[in-house]
Amino acid sequence: MAVRTRRYSARDVTVLVIGLGVAIVVNVGLIWGPTLASVGLSGTDWNGIGPLRWVGGRNYADLAGAYPPFWSAVRNNLLWLGFLGLVATPFGLLCAVLLDRRLRLSRLYQSALYLPVVLSLAVVGFIAQLVYSSDYGVLNAVTGLSVDWLGDRSINIWVVMVAAGWRHVGYVMIIYLAGLKAVDPALKEAAAIDGASEAQTFFRVVFPTLRPVNVIVLVITVIEALRAFDIVYAINRGRNGLELLSVLVTENIVGEASRIGFGSAIAVILLAISIGFIVTYLSQLFREE
Amino acid sequence: MTLTAPVPTRAAGRPGTPPRRPVRPLRALLHVFLGLVALGWLLPLALAVYASLRPYDETARLGYFSLPEHLTLDYYGRAWSQAELPRYYLNTLIIVVPALVVTLFMASFTAFAIARLRVPGRRALLIVFTAGNLLPPQVLITPLYTVYAMVPLPAWLSDSQSLYDSYLGLILVHVAFQFGFCVFVMANFMRTIPEEIDEAALVDGAGVWKRYWRLTLPLCRPVLAALSTLQFTWMYNDFLWALVLMSSGDKLPVTSALNNLRGQFFTDYNLLAAGSVLVALPTLIVFQLLHKQFVAGLTLGATKG
Amino acid sequence: MDHGAPLSRRNLLLGAAAAAGVPALLAGCSSGARPSAGGASASGGLGTVTLGSNASDEVPKKSLATVLASFHSAQVKVNTVDHNTFQENINRYLKGRPDDVFTWFAGYRMQFFAEQGLATDISDVWREIGGDYTQAFKDASTGTDGKQYFVPFTYYPWAVFYRKSLWRQKGYQPPRTLDEFTALARKMKADGLIPIAFADKDGWPAMGTFDIINMRTNGYDFHISLMGGKESWTDPRVRQVFDTWRGLMEYHQPAALGRTWQEAAQSLQQKKTGMYLLGMFVAQQFPENERDDIDFFTFPEIDPAHGTDSIDAPIDGYMISAKAKNVDGAKALLKHLAQAAAQNVATGLDPGTLAASSKADTSGYSTLQKRGAELVSKAKHIAQFLDRDTRPDFASTVMIPSLQSFVGKPGEIDSLLAGIEKQKATIFR
Repeated sequence: MAVRTRRYSARDVTVLVIGLGVAIVVNVGLIWGPTLASVGLSGTDWNGIGPLRWVGGRNYADLAGAYPPFWSAVRNNLLWLGFLGLVATPFGLLCAVLLDRRLRLSRLYQSALYLPVVLSLAVVGFIAQLVYSSDYGVLNAVTGLSVDWLGDRSINIWVVMVAAGWRHVGYVMIIYLAGLKAVDPALKEAAAIDGASEAQTFFRVVFPTLRPVNVIVLVITVIEALRAFDIVYAINRGRNGLELLSVLVTENIVGEASRIGFGSAIAVILLAISIGFIVTYLSQLFREE
Repeated sequence: MTLTAPVPTRAAGRPGTPPRRPVRPLRALLHVFLGLVALGWLLPLALAVYASLRPYDETARLGYFSLPEHLTLDYYGRAWSQAELPRYYLNTLIIVVPALVVTLFMASFTAFAIARLRVPGRRALLIVFTAGNLLPPQVLITPLYTVYAMVPLPAWLSDSQSLYDSYLGLILVHVAFQFGFCVFVMANFMRTIPEEIDEAALVDGAGVWKRYWRLTLPLCRPVLAALSTLQFTWMYNDFLWALVLMSSGDKLPVTSALNNLRGQFFTDYNLLAAGSVLVALPTLIVFQLLHKQFVAGLTLGATKG
Repeated sequence: MDHGAPLSRRNLLLGAAAAAGVPALLAGCSSGARPSAGGASASGGLGTVTLGSNASDEVPKKSLATVLASFHSAQVKVNTVDHNTFQENINRYLKGRPDDVFTWFAGYRMQFFAEQGLATDISDVWREIGGDYTQAFKDASTGTDGKQYFVPFTYYPWAVFYRKSLWRQKGYQPPRTLDEFTALARKMKADGLIPIAFADKDGWPAMGTFDIINMRTNGYDFHISLMGGKESWTDPRVRQVFDTWRGLMEYHQPAALGRTWQEAAQSLQQKKTGMYLLGMFVAQQFPENERDDIDFFTFPEIDPAHGTDSIDAPIDGYMISAKAKNVDGAKALLKHLAQAAAQNVATGLDPGTLAASSKADTSGYSTLQKRGAELVSKAKHIAQFLDRDTRPDFASTVMIPSLQSFVGKPGEIDSLLAGIEKQKATIFR
């Protein structure tokens, strides 16, 4: 290490210090600083206007004991993670594998799958109403059912996860496709010559080489699951069975309610769950290196 | 997994053979499957577009699943002018383009330092940056707002004279928040560039800047295209930061402008659908333009294995 | 933090506009406003007033623009933010860089900001405009300290709406008591109609039902005191409200939690449902040529001691922020907005609203608007609607989920009320 660092001229060091320095300042100042401040705020009952008053762990006690949407949100976030990780992501991978061959119309299929990714909040909410509305929606009209898809607490989370999956598959497909395009064809040919079936080739030979892509997809999946927000927010503002932690934070902090202290406590819980994943995943990543 | 069977086709279809081959049953099956999936994916969107072509009275009366009596593009014209879309597109551009350029620039340099230079503490840096990207944005809102309201800016930089309610503030928060993901992806990518390139440059006595700007960055074009597409989509579709850090209605990004089509109580959803389609267009165009590079984007990242 | 230079140029422009356009005729309306020290320079007017508006959609935007066109004492710079964003942002907005005048709601939600010192006392404005408003409106504009902070502009009553043609055809009569109401609902059901249209996907419409049953059962004073966190939610009187409501639930449109009010109103328009308890804005879902077919009755009496003396009729209006830079101009603007003529512009364009001023000219009102004004004039108490009569955090984070949970499972009243009371204790400390 010492040998290497000596190779840098004074100018090099200046460039590095400035470049990394700016990055660190921005990151710490705008991301980690506010995050720590939020942890502090979660111990107060601040309403955003009046004076700060320390209340210790009271917000957390209220959260666990007297805030019914909280547990529902924790459950939904975990379901969301499970659904994206076990259903949507593998389906995206399957689509990528199928598309990774010289197909006519391949570009069209890719665009179709990717399309939902670019849609904004407003249109996703409208589409959900269009499809799922019990009186005027397409789903009930086509099937002849009269199910209250969005209002019935026992089913609406599943219905909404399908919509979330609809968006997620596009991301995963396009990223895996990029990864697959790069796999050395010789690898597959060699496996085929050895008599391996395509499925065997994929799982034994191709998939392991995708590791860097897998990591990126995993990160995106976890981010999407823990940060899931806009679909439920657009549908019914994340209430009545569609509670998610991010929405509860928003409801308490961003909205008129302005329960900054209480909302920050929810944010800290979300943070703790996120950190759990981050640490597990990063330690895994670096141990292998 | 039965659909992944056409091995012979595949083996035969590699380099040299022309892309057009006689249709085989399995390939036909593959097309049927992919066609159905694509249709399933497009259908909801097609329904929204269909609704945007019909008067609200009609869909309210007949339901959304019905034959049209009137088809018209009127809603698109109304959404365009009523939501004042041109002005808000411009606002979004003012925010997203600088944010995108700065993010990619900073992230690529940082990734370069981490992946190619082996700077001390690089592992800790990568952890801090990557983890920062995984944090839920709602955690930052209140302190960020408080800080923004306190930071003064000269009038030529922001008419609000503070970081709050300024374009600069929004650009900064996008940069800070998206930076981590970009560093992570680019560091992954850069690690796969052969060391020899740098060794040669070192012999030539090239400095850090030259090695970054002249040697490494040009090789990163695909990953930059991929990240540009993703980041453009994310920053473009953001509304949370604008909601929290802006107070002037005429400076909001185009995603917020869509709300101008909503009434306090009554909303003409078909009009809103037309507006949403118009707002989604730029991200679609960017995707189509960068598609080729995008798919090639993580190329090197994957071969290392 | 002063805008400085750019302002003076605007003043010049304004002066030119005033000279070229309308003479100082309308200055009379703001006779009490002294020319301010700084703003009086070039235009002889009151400089520039900034106005934070949530009128982003077509009709309200047009109506505000028309109203402001006849205001000449100062230049008005409107900052329009869509309704939803405006509301979500209100705390940060008022703490950060608020406009001089901003649009807001009467009642508790106004008092909350007044108490936090985010609004400017406008009692002096009220000394001039007071004669144009009834006591109920003045009360709704008064903070807990007895000073005024709000100027009412328009409002809309809540009632039970129906289609005259359908009712004529079936021979239905507006019910006067709860028993008659239930009998009517039963008859509608027998006639193959869904008696009461109902939707609560967005969480707020059910508040209207709770408000009215509570006010009919326990009276206005109890309702307001309950909203203020001073009564227990496990009180038998509250339980009675939910019991009554549960009794009516079988006549309500099922699957309400997945339905928007627009879809419910649509079912009323299509004569699939018999009646709908909602605000007067329900008319917006009807085609123009059918709006005269809408009529309403006030929710029937439950306890004779209270009769039908209270209704929900939320008031929208304007306030001055504490950080206002041009207070004189802002006050002049409020006086302008308090004028009946200004409010009539709005009621002319939007058939779902009524003018707050008692001097307003009702001759231009539609049939529905006339009936609405009559209803309000008969009411002894005017409530502002649940989410405006209580703390915003209590309304949005406790009441919406709780009422939705009741609508989903009307049977579990006791545990629900215990839950509300527990959460109330964490908010009203």
